[in-house]
Amino acid sequence: MNIESYNAPDSIAEAAQLLQGGNATVVAGGTDLTPQTESGVRQFAATLVNIQRIDEMRGIGVMNGRIRIGGLTTVTDILESKLLADEAPVLVDAADRFASSQIRNASSLAGNLCNASPAGDMCIPLLVLDAEVELACWDGESISTRKVSLERFFTGPGKSVMVAGELMTAIEFPRCANRFVAAFLKSGPRPALEISTVSMGLSCSLTDGVISNVRVAIGAVAPTPLRAKRTEAALEGKVLNEATIQLAVETAGEEVSPIDDVRASAWYRKHLTGVYIRRLLNHVNGS
Amino acid sequence: MSMEVEINFSLNGIATQAHVPPTMTTLAMLREKFDLTGGKLACGEGECGACTVLIDDRTINACLMFAVDCDGREMQTIEGLASASGLAVMQQAFVDHGAIQCGYCMPGMIMQAKYLVEQNSGQQALTRDDIARGLEGNVCRCSGYTKVVDAVAAVVLEENQTGERAS
Ligand SMILES: Cc1cc2nc3c(=O)[nH]c(=O)nc-3n(C[C@@H](O)[C@@H](O)[C@H](O)COP(=O)(O)OP(=O)(O)OC[C@H]3O[C@@H](n4cnc5c(N)ncnc54)[C@H](O)[C@@H]3O)c2cc1C
Ligand code: FES
Ligand code: FES
Repeated sequence: MNIESYNAPDSIAEAAQLLQGGNATVVAGGTDLTPQTESGVRQFAATLVNIQRIDEMRGIGVMNGRIRIGGLTTVTDILESKLLADEAPVLVDAADRFASSQIRNASSLAGNLCNASPAGDMCIPLLVLDAEVELACWDGESISTRKVSLERFFTGPGKSVMVAGELMTAIEFPRCANRFVAAFLKSGPRPALEISTVSMGLSCSLTDGVISNVRVAIGAVAPTPLRAKRTEAALEGKVLNEATIQLAVETAGEEVSPIDDVRASAWYRKHLTGVYIRRLLNHVNGS
Repeated sequence: MSMEVEINFSLNGIATQAHVPPTMTTLAMLREKFDLTGGKLACGEGECGACTVLIDDRTINACLMFAVDCDGREMQTIEGLASASGLAVMQQAFVDHGAIQCGYCMPGMIMQAKYLVEQNSGQQALTRDDIARGLEGNVCRCSGYTKVVDAVAAVVLEENQTGERAS
């Protein structure tokens, strides 16, 4: 660890310039970074860029008909947002099951996504909301941004398509149409301060008993937060009855590839996957 | 790594300056540079809340926050609660209800309890379940939590009766 410079820029442009060249570590709430660097699993780069002073990266609003959340927005901000409670309660539910009050106050949304844990709780609701992330970098003269669908963002445990020098500035998703149902479940022995054993989100429309526009996302059962495409296909356009639910349970069980670890066995995670998809579909049927 | 960064912030209401290495935690700074040893290092991983302090009116785990990030902000620690006229209401309630045993977790627990009650001010009174959930980031090995919840519930009740902010 040989830190040569510490910076706390107050604009995206300034931060992007500091990150140019790539030998820099972005610091946000520090809730992932501190345990990782203190335990030695990760080293700081020569340049530290603390992004907490960049006010233009905070806030929740509507832009061009889409919901836009600044990357530095905290999990507490999400939990307390009236707009999200109305428009994306599935994200608020996940925020409510996130860590503890103190950790929620410090954790940024972009930090949770950039950490790219297969168990990251914000990833699941954002996958079912069909979110995109905005990545910014300095192209030599100005800021250049690209948008990546969250579904294509994660590439492995702790890995994403983000390249050195990029900053995640915002997260966006479409406003939800009528008849849209979305729900989130997370398992762990306690209501919070618990890394997910399995988490699952589902969104869909239900018209005259037929389920459509189905999106299913599952956490902690694969190397990345998983969009369960086969399960979605098994459900799409079907009458939501017991036979359909049973098919979804079986497909989801085949689609996940969980591991054994200290929190649960692979067998149990597969089992929970089936329990959760059933529970979520029953919830859809009842709503 | 001898680099140090100058930071300026408000510490328990007093304008304060410090020079800290960029990777020092806020908790280490409080304990080592200012001798404010109320907040404790227990887990060092955000799990136990023994290091809880208020920054810009939000509680955080000081073991996870970098000291450099205090620059320009307002911090309150357990040492800032009592005044010349005595203990703060929340501190006194913990004493009155016998909530404090060894005391190791208590500076963090009281900061979080105070935050919880203040955040809820003006809304429907906190139930015992709400209090337990609000304190889920604070671990105590001695009290069994019942008396902790008693103490916080008493402050909530008092606040409701007087209609004032009592914490
Ligand atoms: C006790 C404890 C309990 C937890 N419980 C949960 C839980 O229940 N569910 C859950 O999902 N997570 C949980 N977490 C992890 C959660 O706190 C983090 O994932 C958090 O959201 C990360 O945000 P941060 O702002 O603290 O990021 P940091 O720790 O500052 O950064 C995380 C990573 O992302 C990078 N980064 C941060 N922001 C950006 C950006 N804008 N652009 C580019 N790179 C960036 C950093 O360089 C770093 O690699 C827990 C953590 C702790 C310590
Ligand atoms: S010492 Fe900070 S949370 Fe345990
Ligand atoms: S009083 Fe001893 S740990 Fe809480």
